[in-house]
Amino acid sequence: MVVKKTGKMLFRLLPIGLMALLLSGCGIPELSALQPRGEGAEIQLEIIKLSLWVMLFVLAIVTVIYVYVLMKFRRKKGDNEVPKQVEGSHTLEMIWTVIPILLLVVLAVPTIKATVELADAKEAKKNEVINVTANLYWWEFDYPDKGVTTGQELVIPVGKKVALNLTSKDVIHSFWVPVLSGKTDNNPGLENEMWLHAKEAGTYYGKCAELCGPSHALMDFKVIALEQADYDKWLEDMKAAKEAETKQLDAKNEKNWSKGEQVYAQNCLSCHGGGKVAPSLTNFGDRGNLAGYLKHDKKNLEDWIRDPQKLKQGTKMPGFNESQISDEDLSELADYLLDKKIQ
Amino acid sequence: MATHTMGMPKKKSGIMDWLTTVDHKKIGVLYIFSGLFFLLVGGVEALMIRYQLIKPMNDFVSGEVFNQLITMHGTTMIFLAAMPMLIGYMNAAVPLQIGARDVAFPFLNALGFWLFFFGGLLLNLSWFMGAAPNAGWTAYAPLSTVPDALGVDFYALGLQISGFGTLMGGINFLVTILNMRAPGMKLMRMPMFTWTAFVASALIVFAFPPLTVGLFLLTFERLFGAHFFDPAAGGNIVIWEHLFWIFGHPEVYILILPAFGIFSEIIPTFARKRLFGYTTMVFATMLIGFLGFMVWVHHMFTVGLGPVANAIFAVATMAIAVPTGVKIFNWLFTLWGGKLTFPVAMLYSVAFIPSFLIGGMTGVMLSVAPADYQYHDSYFVVAHFHYVIVGGVVFGLFAGLYYWFPLMFGKKLHEGLGKIQFWLFFIGFHLTFFPQHILGLTGMPRRVFTYLPNQGWDMMNLLSTIGAAFMGVSTIILLVQLVMALTSKEYVKRDVWGDGRTLEWTLPVPTPEYNFAQTPLVKGLDTFWLEKMAGNTTVSVSEPVGDIHMPNNSILPFVMSVGLFLAGLGFILRLDYGTVGLVIAILGLATTLTAMFLRSWIDDHGYYIPKSVIEEDLRLEAEKEAK
Amino acid sequence: MAHAVEKNPVTGIPTNPEKATLEGKNKYVAFWFFLGGETTLFASLFGTYIGLLNSGAKEGLRSYDIFEMGLVFIMTMLLLTSSLTSVLAMIAMKRNDVKKMKMWLIITLALGLGFLAGEIYEFNHYYHIGHTFTSSAFGSAFYTLVGFHGAHVLFGLLWISTLLIRNWNRGINEVNAPKYYISSLYWHFIDVVWVFIFSVVYLMGMVK
Repeated sequence: MVVKKTGKMLFRLLPIGLMALLLSGCGIPELSALQPRGEGAEIQLEIIKLSLWVMLFVLAIVTVIYVYVLMKFRRKKGDNEVPKQVEGSHTLEMIWTVIPILLLVVLAVPTIKATVELADAKEAKKNEVINVTANLYWWEFDYPDKGVTTGQELVIPVGKKVALNLTSKDVIHSFWVPVLSGKTDNNPGLENEMWLHAKEAGTYYGKCAELCGPSHALMDFKVIALEQADYDKWLEDMKAAKEAETKQLDAKNEKNWSKGEQVYAQNCLSCHGGGKVAPSLTNFGDRGNLAGYLKHDKKNLEDWIRDPQKLKQGTKMPGFNESQISDEDLSELADYLLDKKIQ
Repeated sequence: MATHTMGMPKKKSGIMDWLTTVDHKKIGVLYIFSGLFFLLVGGVEALMIRYQLIKPMNDFVSGEVFNQLITMHGTTMIFLAAMPMLIGYMNAAVPLQIGARDVAFPFLNALGFWLFFFGGLLLNLSWFMGAAPNAGWTAYAPLSTVPDALGVDFYALGLQISGFGTLMGGINFLVTILNMRAPGMKLMRMPMFTWTAFVASALIVFAFPPLTVGLFLLTFERLFGAHFFDPAAGGNIVIWEHLFWIFGHPEVYILILPAFGIFSEIIPTFARKRLFGYTTMVFATMLIGFLGFMVWVHHMFTVGLGPVANAIFAVATMAIAVPTGVKIFNWLFTLWGGKLTFPVAMLYSVAFIPSFLIGGMTGVMLSVAPADYQYHDSYFVVAHFHYVIVGGVVFGLFAGLYYWFPLMFGKKLHEGLGKIQFWLFFIGFHLTFFPQHILGLTGMPRRVFTYLPNQGWDMMNLLSTIGAAFMGVSTIILLVQLVMALTSKEYVKRDVWGDGRTLEWTLPVPTPEYNFAQTPLVKGLDTFWLEKMAGNTTVSVSEPVGDIHMPNNSILPFVMSVGLFLAGLGFILRLDYGTVGLVIAILGLATTLTAMFLRSWIDDHGYYIPKSVIEEDLRLEAEKEAK
Repeated sequence: MAHAVEKNPVTGIPTNPEKATLEGKNKYVAFWFFLGGETTLFASLFGTYIGLLNSGAKEGLRSYDIFEMGLVFIMTMLLLTSSLTSVLAMIAMKRNDVKKMKMWLIITLALGLGFLAGEIYEFNHYYHIGHTFTSSAFGSAFYTLVGFHGAHVLFGLLWISTLLIRNWNRGINEVNAPKYYISSLYWHFIDVVWVFIFSVVYLMGMVK
């Protein structure tokens, strides 16, 4: 009896528990597909909701029949009667064939409409085209018309669709910013197109969604949406900083440089310089995260330079030991890098 | 053929009997126990995955090991646990359900099993040879073609070998079901499980060859320097995805259709009522099988095939929901008006309906291409396919195990423990996978070995891991039950459930090696039930008692499979050990070819069980019945 | 079990010896299913080939540069004729004419061998001009498709010759007739696949 009562109480608490779960289940605003911040994700959430409602309708009908059947038709002890052997019912079977077809039509029409809408990047291309190249395990964002390349952080203007050309240098990756839009694969040897739109300024989280190796889970990036004026200024600053960096690379060493800058130009720029072989460090100091996921501080940066494999298994970045960069130089280098800001 | 009559061969004993058997009932047992073994292996891998994800930034395993775990978990569960167990049930039940003495090709049947077994062994050997495959069960190129993914060689060759076995099984069951039916067993009188076995076998025959080709391409690329998936030399990575999913989607139906069949046997039995809309169920099964080949691109919506392809395949995918929905309602209306009892087999069948329904619902949601851009490769997909494959297939495997265990072993699994096992599994299952829907929608990609805190995922991951522990405990209970049942001396009577409807329940316990002393005469759907309703205790027969022809046991299937296993291993070792590997490979291939040659050279006409033996068996059985 | 089997009044063996027993019928049905599977196997290979046609191949090593009609046409004729001779062998088998059947089968084997020799010569030629299995994605796809077919031909030759040797002095009976019959089905299938290879690989490949 006690068991039964507890059972009943649990049963009553269940919906409340579920509600609590659901409320906590909407995720965080930078990452959840349930809290869209751009037109793409909005279209998608709309159709997710529509399909969910259609399905909940079906679920409700099935649940009613199911519960009724299980309550009503239990065999009592000693009841040996043989029930009527019903072959079937054409009417009933017709009903549960036709109604689902109608429901699916309701779903199919907006599906086709949204598929076409999401694939149409014409308008976006007029605004801005950005090349997104995925690498093991980092993201390159290249603004071909502006001469700007960034790593790990994609900066876009607010309120405008921008077009992305996606590809990969090694294995398949997939570009996913849940709050702005669903994913599109980065295929090596092929190019994909999508558009991205943010309704308000802010920082949104991006993920690699296709298994790409041991550090797949750590291949995070960010999308930063800036107001148009800020965006234009950012582009200009980036361009200037990049040009300065090209000079740095050519010169390798200048008397007036700090120790950190010298170490940087001699050890880092050959790969990081163009932002193509390794992530661009032009605005490294502004970054939210180190290596896509670590806290952006000096300790982590030094550990990273010493032994990147330990922090990101399979990364292409080589480690630098004490004979290559001494402890003091490393500290100088870290200070220099963390200070490389344009904002 | 009486000229070939020979004396009955000496019975082999113990292990040799199992290695050489061509009896479908014994091969069924081999399949089911091997499947259960791999289910345990895959289950341990699953528990390790969930333990790693119990909290953010856990360091129980590294990213590399985690990738090996997910790859082996998926591959093992699909190819080495679920499918073999289903083929095991087909072996155990289909010939009996259609009133046959054996399958069409007993030798091929044994060969199919041993190929699967050694393929599985080769695949799992990778754990002990440096590295397991790590590119996911989908093995997308070029992640699967990078040279340091050594384990992928085991994946490609292990699956290739076990795939050959599965293909043979598929052809065998198609022919068995078409040609070996007892008189009166018209197609539209076949039990539903036999029908689903038929359609699933047809899917195997048409879906496995694309995988075979895919695996060949992968092997050629890895071992012989081909460039199918190498963009630098003009290769195209999408080819693998197409081949894999042209196989992969029908594979889902290869798994779920026989499970549907199992439920369609159990529900009428324990509702004491014939299956509602049998004809519709048959056609729905065929339609699902057919449409299963038309929808593979829904696994590739984000690949960039363009809006036209995506829209067409989205709508085609939705269409599958119709025949599947019809099935759900037909089961519900089989229950309607019945007299329901709930042994564990029925509990699993009844629990299947809502669980699978949720999987089907999310399936329709996933078919909506633009929404799929959000779900794809997120935990939402993980939740979806586990609802389908655990809530559908694994529930079916367990239901079938409880239902047919007495048929196979003459003993029952403990019902009381079974109920605990069921509830733990049922609760654990929903607790594990329901939260994963939310994880996916809130941005968690699948196949991540860890995750950062403060992303709103900690709670759901914790719940999910707790659920997995429930399922783990439940599986331990199942093992205890198996040991208890196999060591017990309590044999059941014929027609153990009392309400058996189909031919397998007319057979004495344990089933004689020749199955039917006299081939039955089938009078309609659920012929045993019809006879019972007419007041008979068993079914009519279509022939007098006579000599029964039986195939001889043979070690050759085992030898052929060992040969291929060695050949596969040799080719892999060739990369690291050069000639040693090559020698092993050649020896292996030579072994297989020699065995094949012997098979075709030596005539094997089998033997006859004389009439007198059958008559004695019938007399003993009648005495037992009289008690 | 024992269905009345129609027998040839002259020879005394069944009119259709390949389907006279349940074992024979089983083999016959099973083989058709097997060919169904083979069809999807070759369809997948064709798909791969079409997807990679000339992809990554260097100038001068594209399909229209290297394919030559002459030899391929002769090979096609050899294989088509061998299909015909295998039909003649089966007709002889149904007439219980062992001698004729053996003769036609041997001719079939000879034609098949001729085809295979032509293919080996062709591959060797391509190899020397630089179109190899590893030279490009096109090369990999070409050798895989055509090579799979060639391996099927080789297997068919081994199969039919083993059958012939094994049953050389055994005449035609209900046990070996189904084996002869399905081996000839297999041979026809190989032939049909070649017709597709001829059209898709060679004819279409000639077009620039």
